Amino acid sequence: MAATGTMRRSFGSLAFSISKRAFSTSPSPVDANGLKSMNLFSAINHALQIALESDPRAYVFGEDVSFGGVFRCTTGLADRFGKGRVFNTPLCEQGIVGFGIGLAAMGNRAIAEIQFADYIYPAFDQIVNEAAKFRYRSGNQFNCGGLTIRAPYGAVGHGGHYHSQSPESFFCHVPGIKVVIPRSPKQAKGLLLSCIRDPNPIVFFEPKWLYRLAVEEVPEHDYMLPLSEAEVIRQGTDITLVGWGAQLAVMEQACIDAEKEGISCELIDLRTLLPWDKETVEASVRKTGRLLVSHEAPVTGGFGAEISASMVERCFLRLEAPVARVCGLDTPFPLVFEPFYMPTKNKILDAIKSTVNY
Amino acid sequence: MAAWFTRSGNIAHHVKRNMGSFLRPAPTLSDSSWSRSPACLGNSPALLWAGRLESTRAQKLVDSDSENDAPLRDDDQAIDFPGGRVMLTSEMQFIPGYPQQRVHCYHLMNNDGQTNMCSSFEQVSKEVAVKMYSDMITLQIMDTIFYEAQRQGRISFYLTSVGEEAINIASAAALSPDDIVMAQYREPGVLLWRGFTLQEFANQCFGNKADCGKGRQMPIHYGSKKLNYFTVSSPLATQLPQAVGAAYSLKMDNKDACVVAYFGDGSTSEGDFHASLNFAAVMEAPVIFLCRNNGWAISTPTSEQFRSDGIVVKGPAYGIQSIRVDGNDALAVHNAVRAARQMAIHEQRPILVEALTYRVGHHSTSDDSTKYRPVDEVKHWEMGQNPVNRFRKWVERNGWWSEEDESQLRSSIRKQLLQAIQVAEKMEKPPLADLFSDVYDVPPSILFEQEQQLRETIKRHPQDYPSDVPV
Repeated sequence: MAATGTMRRSFGSLAFSISKRAFSTSPSPVDANGLKSMNLFSAINHALQIALESDPRAYVFGEDVSFGGVFRCTTGLADRFGKGRVFNTPLCEQGIVGFGIGLAAMGNRAIAEIQFADYIYPAFDQIVNEAAKFRYRSGNQFNCGGLTIRAPYGAVGHGGHYHSQSPESFFCHVPGIKVVIPRSPKQAKGLLLSCIRDPNPIVFFEPKWLYRLAVEEVPEHDYMLPLSEAEVIRQGTDITLVGWGAQLAVMEQACIDAEKEGISCELIDLRTLLPWDKETVEASVRKTGRLLVSHEAPVTGGFGAEISASMVERCFLRLEAPVARVCGLDTPFPLVFEPFYMPTKNKILDAIKSTVNY
Repeated sequence: MAAWFTRSGNIAHHVKRNMGSFLRPAPTLSDSSWSRSPACLGNSPALLWAGRLESTRAQKLVDSDSENDAPLRDDDQAIDFPGGRVMLTSEMQFIPGYPQQRVHCYHLMNNDGQTNMCSSFEQVSKEVAVKMYSDMITLQIMDTIFYEAQRQGRISFYLTSVGEEAINIASAAALSPDDIVMAQYREPGVLLWRGFTLQEFANQCFGNKADCGKGRQMPIHYGSKKLNYFTVSSPLATQLPQAVGAAYSLKMDNKDACVVAYFGDGSTSEGDFHASLNFAAVMEAPVIFLCRNNGWAISTPTSEQFRSDGIVVKGPAYGIQSIRVDGNDALAVHNAVRAARQMAIHEQRPILVEALTYRVGHHSTSDDSTKYRPVDEVKHWEMGQNPVNRFRKWVERNGWWSEEDESQLRSSIRKQLLQAIQVAEKMEKPPLADLFSDVYDVPPSILFEQEQQLRETIKRHPQDYPSDVPV
């Protein structure tokens, strides 16, 4: 399938502000000497290197992976680990995932790349009917837990219909797989290593907008971040904001602006969407009494709906306003209309204010 | 296909050379519609397969060697396009879509169990032959009894392998137990050959607590880790790209084993089939794709499934060596699969085997095939081209089997099966906890929560739930 050339184009003011902001991260467990300034694609590359190095049964493959991938995430890996372990596949997503399931089922760590999340749909059957049920249907005789499917997702400023989608909610409806989305380079490295080593098949969506834009001090050593644990990345008392991936940077800007107006926002990075950490979100909503969820994917049937419903179930009496959802519109992802489609900072800020003033 | 090879000059020469016996001259199968002229299979003499093991990579040679074999004419030129050198021609020529002569079918044994004197093939020992025949009979009896059990409402579903016993058993006999099997659902004979017990089959069909699959899947979705037989899933052809991945693992581990993926003619229309052949060829994965072309995908005949000369011709299009074999001829299947295995492992490459046969049974217990195909056609295959009878005659000719052996075997298997069914039926169902385990390696908190809620609901409304599932 077609590849966008790149992310050379300069971004709008929103992106610029993203690149200037400092990313919140978990407290670093390592000393400062072990840190290295890295963008997100380099952090992914680093994680893949460590995965290949630390497990001789790890394989990295997908379209154009051998020369480094269209987003450079696999740069240098084929040279270092050989074409037997890092290789191109034919251009066929169902083949890539099916192959990965078989490889993983033989006790390997199969790290498959789908070039764009927009092209993951041909592999939907392999993911939903095969990978997700492999363990269950065999009574735990077999599993393909070594499978990790990486795919760049989300808006990029110029991606139009087929280089911008956020298909995470389709996969969040499938018991048996995990869905993980990092927000920053440091998170990406630690979460990807956890996914690769987790004994369950995982879909790992990488925010391609941040591949080059987001730069962070990333520990050089091998580390993992916990799955199914949300992280409160900004403490607040008036409203809880929940998001994941690239959207968190936008939400954080909204939080900063809201604070100027005297509204204290708590921002949560869900990190793992399936199975997700309800407890952390619930604790926060119980504290603030208000909830806003934001994602790039269309609002209808998006994962925000699940979070909203769950929190209404769990803290109905504590809620002081309806749950707000600031999400993509229910249209295909548009090209020239992208700035209109997106759940921008000011849309979020407006929703924060109207929720707090409800 | 043959027409294409004849007309396209030196390319034909190379492909022929590299395809080995697959394209060796042999008597014509005159009628292209074999489903209406079924006798053609039984009458076609055997083809030789010697020399196939020296085969090399066809695709590369077509490109690189072509100029050495035929002098260029003045108007001929060649260009090195990406992918290799190709000859140019001023003659506008479309490759025919269908051959004048269909690809021949490897066959060793006629309906009387007589083998062609000229055939050279690997003999099957007495021990193996008797086990093959016994397992074919066991499979038949298992199908009869389980089918009846479904009709009596004792199990929810069943699906027979009638007519395809030879493909099941003879292919299994040609493999090593280390070979990984990725089956569809009409290959229980492979599992039987490997030692899955009648009790294990029955436990799965009844979904009791001894079922390896913990009662989670419909009957006939068998699987066995210890027998290297991946658990069957219902979606068609999904196992094929997985087979390539598993084969790649064997390749990287330098294992003396291959993967064998079974599927039917209908599955070849799925994208996964094409994905897997292409991947296997590119990855040089040691995998045998074994297609049971039984003429029917539920009610859809192959004439409405594809317009190619069956499945075998699709292999070379992907750069895969392929053979068509008489699937009702156990000796031919055994020989072809044995050779395919050797090639797959020693040459580290995929092989496609198309076994022609006929689905004598209905698609499943949910199907009545008399609604879409003539009973006479079914009878013809059941009586005239029966793979089990054919093999029995051969075994008897060798003096390895008698009427007494036959009746003893039949009554013993019948007894064992009835006993297995009784045990399986009486055994309790898997516990409720098995509903929630194995979704992930460790249940997430949401499943604990849902299990607690469900248990409370069961306490309030026990009448809503089956009493034979321990809560």
